[in-house]
Amino acid sequence: MSISKKDVEHVAHLARIRVAPDELTRYQEGLANILELMAQMQDCNTDGVEPMAHPQDIALRLREDRVTEINERSSFQKGAPLVEDGLYLVPRVIE
Amino acid sequence: MTWEIVIGLEVHAQLMTHSKIFSGASTAYGAQPNTQACAVDVGLPGVLPVMNREAALMAARFGLAVGATINRVSVFARKNYFYPDLPKGYQISQFEIPVVSGGTLEIHTPEGEKTIRITRAHLEEDAGKSLHEQFHGMTGIDLNRAGTPLLEIVSEPDMRSPAEAVAYLRKLHSLVRTLEICDGNMQEGSFRCDANISIRRHGDKTLGTRTELKNINSFRFVERALHHEIERQIAVVEDGGDIIQETRLYDPERDQTRSMRSKEEAHDYRYFPDPDLPPLVISEADLEQLRDELPELPDARLARFISDYDLGADEAVQLTSQKEIADYYENAVTKADGETRLTANWINGELMAWLNRCNTAFTDSPVSPTMLGQLVKRIQDKTISGKIAKEVFQAMWNGEGSADDVIASRSLTQITDSSAIEQVVSDVIARFPDQSEQIRAGQEKVIGFLVGQVMKATSGKANPQAVNDILKKQLLN
Repeated sequence: MSISKKDVEHVAHLARIRVAPDELTRYQEGLANILELMAQMQDCNTDGVEPMAHPQDIALRLREDRVTEINERSSFQKGAPLVEDGLYLVPRVIE
Repeated sequence: MTWEIVIGLEVHAQLMTHSKIFSGASTAYGAQPNTQACAVDVGLPGVLPVMNREAALMAARFGLAVGATINRVSVFARKNYFYPDLPKGYQISQFEIPVVSGGTLEIHTPEGEKTIRITRAHLEEDAGKSLHEQFHGMTGIDLNRAGTPLLEIVSEPDMRSPAEAVAYLRKLHSLVRTLEICDGNMQEGSFRCDANISIRRHGDKTLGTRTELKNINSFRFVERALHHEIERQIAVVEDGGDIIQETRLYDPERDQTRSMRSKEEAHDYRYFPDPDLPPLVISEADLEQLRDELPELPDARLARFISDYDLGADEAVQLTSQKEIADYYENAVTKADGETRLTANWINGELMAWLNRCNTAFTDSPVSPTMLGQLVKRIQDKTISGKIAKEVFQAMWNGEGSADDVIASRSLTQITDSSAIEQVVSDVIARFPDQSEQIRAGQEKVIGFLVGQVMKATSGKANPQAVNDILKKQLLN
């Protein structure tokens, strides 16, 4: 299973991970190995095996529809670089 | 060259839960920014989502109402993308196995009933809000909306005109409100719509390249936005160009659509099952109870209005288009002595006109169902004529009390005493000898003029039919 440097750059960008040019080869090999393992698993015969969405055979626990949280804005915003009028400020995201 | 228009809609309906889909923070609208965003909603490390049972049941209720399959086991997935109002870097949604699959909605078109297929409806969390204006070149983020439960309802591309799309949207709007799963408030964004549009030559089997239209937040805009986008696509293709698959934004102020900055990787969401959330299981017992508790649905109510109240299809469609109108009608009818059609006329006519003119919501009407029903009753028992009833209605609208109050205080009771009418008729005949002679000579149409004069002389309080009869009697016998 091969993966190009371009693919590595693409997935790194999607995940917003900065990869230095001299690290590209290492990631390229590492990801190729993972895909190799996947390819081996693809070869297994899974006829009659139901796909599962979670490793444990359990159902989602549900809670009652009640408001249980209080306003913790001031403590959450202590860690934010910039706030104004109760809003988190971030670099402008539209043109 | 004529083109076939193909439209599919994705509707995001905010579910009317008290708390968020995966946290116990409040979903109430209009709070101070970030005061209803808890540790789960702001995506702090170490927190875990816990699913709101009510949101799951509301989704199932919708599925039952449209005859869909409720997937007894459905799976939450992470939809990965980066945007500042999505603190976790992913939105919890459903991908491969949504809670609701299939289903249909019937719409009324000028050509008759049409079935629109629903592809699926899935549960997901809403994102926060980005405010781009007032922060000196920065963007402000309010996460109060983050984590609000949404039901995304996806239709098949079954609609063939903007009018059909609007009819579908209205039907869906009416349904979610009847089911009491969504308040349908479009201004507040509780009911939002994206449209997928393409065109193809009549007879073509394959679909044309589609564009996605976002940001259409009123029924009026939907129709206009779709019209503009269709015209744009036809112009492009007829000029020999190709439609580019892209997301476009409708700008109501300029009344046009424009391309959003193209994000070439925008659709690479890398969905995968959320490891924090085991599959959602809806039990047979819950489904059974939901089925039992299902309210009367708009279609059933429509059919009942036609059969029980002897209404025409068009007027029944109008009355059942909104739950509030239908409720208003049924309340008014009980006070109107069985005058089902007259009551319908008054609601679809005078009341609607006043509500529109004064930009008033149905639930805020100063004329209550009881007041309207009593007015209709006074028309029915001939206390007042239909014409005078309009004056009474206006007075009720302006707060002068009930129909009987207005009729008494303004002395509007119809003159039913025929001797009184006969006297006025004699006077009018004496005042208009020429016209009277014409009628005697066989020009019966002129009688309308004399009826008008009698009505004028009685300030509209005489019964026009009685006036007509008496005039004929006096002139033609």
